[in-house]
Amino acid sequence: MGDLIYAIELLTTGVFTGLMYSMVALGFVLIFKASSVFNYAQGAMTLFAALTVVGLMPHLGLAGSLLATVAVMCVMAVVAERIVFRPLMGASQLTIFMGTVGFASILEGAAQIVWGTKPQGLKLDIPVEPLKFGELLVSRQDLFAAAVAGVFVGALVWFFRNTRTGLALRAIADDPAAAQVVGIKLRRVWAIAWALAGAIAIAAGVLWGNRIGVHFAMSLIALKALPVLIIGGIDSVAGVIVAGMIVGAAEALGEGFIGTYIGGGVQDVMAYIVALLFLMFRPSGLFGQSTILRV
Amino acid sequence: MTPQVAGPVLRATGIHLSFGGVAALSGVDFFVNSGEILSIIGPNGAGKTSLLNVISGVFRVSHGEISFEGRDLARSPAEDLARMGIARTFQNLALFKGMTVEENVLVGRHALMSSGVLACGAWWGKASGEEATHRARVAEILKFLGLWELRHARADTLAYGLQKRVELGRAMAVEPRLLLLDEPTAGMSHAEKSEFMSYVLDLNRTRRITIILIEHDMGVVMKMSDRIVVLDHGVKIAEGVPDEIVENRDVIHAYLGEQ
Amino acid sequence: MASGSAPESLAQPAQRGGVFLSTNVIALGAILILAAVAPAVLSEYWLKAILIPTLIFGLAAFGLNMVTGYAGLISMGQAAFMAVGAFAAVIAYGRFGVPIPLALLCGGALSALIGVIVGTPSLRIKGLYLMVATLAAQFIIIWILQRVPWTGTGSFATLNTPPVRIASWNLDTTADRYYLVFSVVLLLTLFGYNLVTSRIGRAWMALRDHDIAASVMGISMLRYKLLAFLMAAFYAGVAGGLVVFCWTGAASVQEYELEISIEILGMIIIGGLGSVLGSYLGAVFILLLPILISFAMQQLTTLIGHSNVSAAVLANAEHIVFGVLVLYFLVKEPHGLARLWKRFASWLDAKRG
Repeated sequence: MGDLIYAIELLTTGVFTGLMYSMVALGFVLIFKASSVFNYAQGAMTLFAALTVVGLMPHLGLAGSLLATVAVMCVMAVVAERIVFRPLMGASQLTIFMGTVGFASILEGAAQIVWGTKPQGLKLDIPVEPLKFGELLVSRQDLFAAAVAGVFVGALVWFFRNTRTGLALRAIADDPAAAQVVGIKLRRVWAIAWALAGAIAIAAGVLWGNRIGVHFAMSLIALKALPVLIIGGIDSVAGVIVAGMIVGAAEALGEGFIGTYIGGGVQDVMAYIVALLFLMFRPSGLFGQSTILRV
Repeated sequence: MTPQVAGPVLRATGIHLSFGGVAALSGVDFFVNSGEILSIIGPNGAGKTSLLNVISGVFRVSHGEISFEGRDLARSPAEDLARMGIARTFQNLALFKGMTVEENVLVGRHALMSSGVLACGAWWGKASGEEATHRARVAEILKFLGLWELRHARADTLAYGLQKRVELGRAMAVEPRLLLLDEPTAGMSHAEKSEFMSYVLDLNRTRRITIILIEHDMGVVMKMSDRIVVLDHGVKIAEGVPDEIVENRDVIHAYLGEQ
Repeated sequence: MASGSAPESLAQPAQRGGVFLSTNVIALGAILILAAVAPAVLSEYWLKAILIPTLIFGLAAFGLNMVTGYAGLISMGQAAFMAVGAFAAVIAYGRFGVPIPLALLCGGALSALIGVIVGTPSLRIKGLYLMVATLAAQFIIIWILQRVPWTGTGSFATLNTPPVRIASWNLDTTADRYYLVFSVVLLLTLFGYNLVTSRIGRAWMALRDHDIAASVMGISMLRYKLLAFLMAAFYAGVAGGLVVFCWTGAASVQEYELEISIEILGMIIIGGLGSVLGSYLGAVFILLLPILISFAMQQLTTLIGHSNVSAAVLANAEHIVFGVLVLYFLVKEPHGLARLWKRFASWLDAKRG
């Protein structure tokens, strides 16, 4: 019985963490749909956002620094467009990806020069003691993080389904040329997608910063959104959400039950192992569709 | 324009191909005689390129049989094409942009060369000998097509018409017995078309290469073809010699509004 | 994306009779001669800190260039393959007494095997999906190396090598180790150059540029993609072994993290995708970068009147410059430094001939 409780606790923690992965993965999806770009820099953006929030917090308080960071991320998106995407317009997907790798390098370097490289704490005012459901303990921190992530995820789903820009995004993802013919302004949609991705980076950065502190490893955590994307199916929003939670749960359960035997750190690779398995046996992911090749 | 006599070298029966729920080809039957030029015509979306893709193994048929020189093509992967003696060009140009003209044509020799990793890495001996032999043949092809001067130019720096010619050279390099040409003269000027078609005719007459040609230019089709197959909406609606096809009511009906 | 690989002609008859040696040939000859006498000319520091790692990482970069530059398959795992080679080599030599050349080969072979496994999905998945597979491989391989008992344990798993000897030759001095590196790198570079200028290199480039057209020419997609991964991993594995025996004296897992894979990717972007020369130009450039930046920062800070710059700031400045350079070369000169050299050499040839 104790083991079962333990498993359920792990499961809940995992699913909550997973929601955070889903949120970051949706950021990837946004940018991919808007511009067919795998944005390797999403991880660096998360770190950059977190560092900016932490750096400004002593001066502006939490709310103030969040607002200021939003402004900073908008500037960053403009810079990205100027130095990465506009010059590389028309280049192959692989080339643009390498461009985002270069951009990530710049972001990481810049963020750490400005704000320093020492790991920093980011504490949100959430009580430390866990909530009790019978014998089940649930961390308030995790619950809060999951709630925030859940709100973001819900908002993004609503955005994709119900707003003009959301529909425009799906149109662009399907056929950019046709979308333009119909009058969809690629630039504007692109800007909105990046602004949203920036907001996600801030949320992810703050939530994870609260959990593990703000340091370089954060960009690697955000990078986990890539395997989540693969597992879910890159063109399925629902798939990505489910995949995020599956990955989170697998990490937590894996770490909890196997971790002690192999020196811990299962959560570092679980997402990639699952993604690799999918790539080998079911590349379209859970809900994605395989594309048809036209010659 | 007299057909060479030797019987069918390619047979296709009952070809069905669909994407999702859409049928690109339904129950297409046709054959090609050895040494003839067969044109496949039809309005846009008729399934002409799909038919070529199915023959060349790029797409897999859902039903049907295709055989070339008695060997099954329907279930052969695209990679077997060159070894079976078939080469093709592509509607939207499929040159290797990062390579020179000479290198593009050399790739056509791939199936005829056999040096493996160790031989190629060691170079002196088998690989260098093979390379020299095949480069010589490529030189012949380039000179035949008037591309010799441009052999070191990167393929994507050439004018469109020349690029099409490089693609033809690459297909020739395979030493095919059957050549599939997908709208080879699309976008060319009248003069370029004539020149291109004269090469194709030469390949057919002097080297006895059987040719399947997808073409929109009816002038070219009428002048070059020994026989014509007409597709519309994935179905064969007519087949015969050019004189018959021009009079065929179904064909005229299909083209209503075009040309 | 990358340059074709028509072999440069070695000598052409000149207008005035006699043989005209192209600038390329002269440069190559000069470099080989200099490389041969380097230990006599250069200080220990330059050998150890610049020349040896340049050759080693140049080799790894050349390997990556085969799979990414020539075959067009992005791999984020080159450092992990180096790690496999490093550990395999040091275990073969240290624990099983396998002679050094064979140990290097073992490292390369094991790495190549893993490379093929990583590349297996490449028939069904392309482009960025394949990239994620290599990313997964990078993380998983390092993770495994940190947990397998015989590599030492923990995040800093390190295995030192016993004194390095080949038959009766004790490689005690840096010069000795340099010559081993130089000969291995020379041999493999020659082999690799032949490979990429042969039908195999053309097959890779054809797959990169238009895989459907390549396959109807008889090029087996699966076979050549797997071959590309095999060669890239093999070269990385041998490079890893050289790190152990000739540079750091140990196989150390933290030297092969994702960051390094990205650095090697940067080397071939900056040096030139699809270019043998580019791989080494990129390597030397990236390895000299910290020195250049450190120098520039010193000048800058003395100008402003600041005190010394901290190591952390330097490291991050490197990151920024690295990213800027990668972007610059991607946008402006996709064929990298190698193209710049080619232009210079052609210009010089014209002047001289």
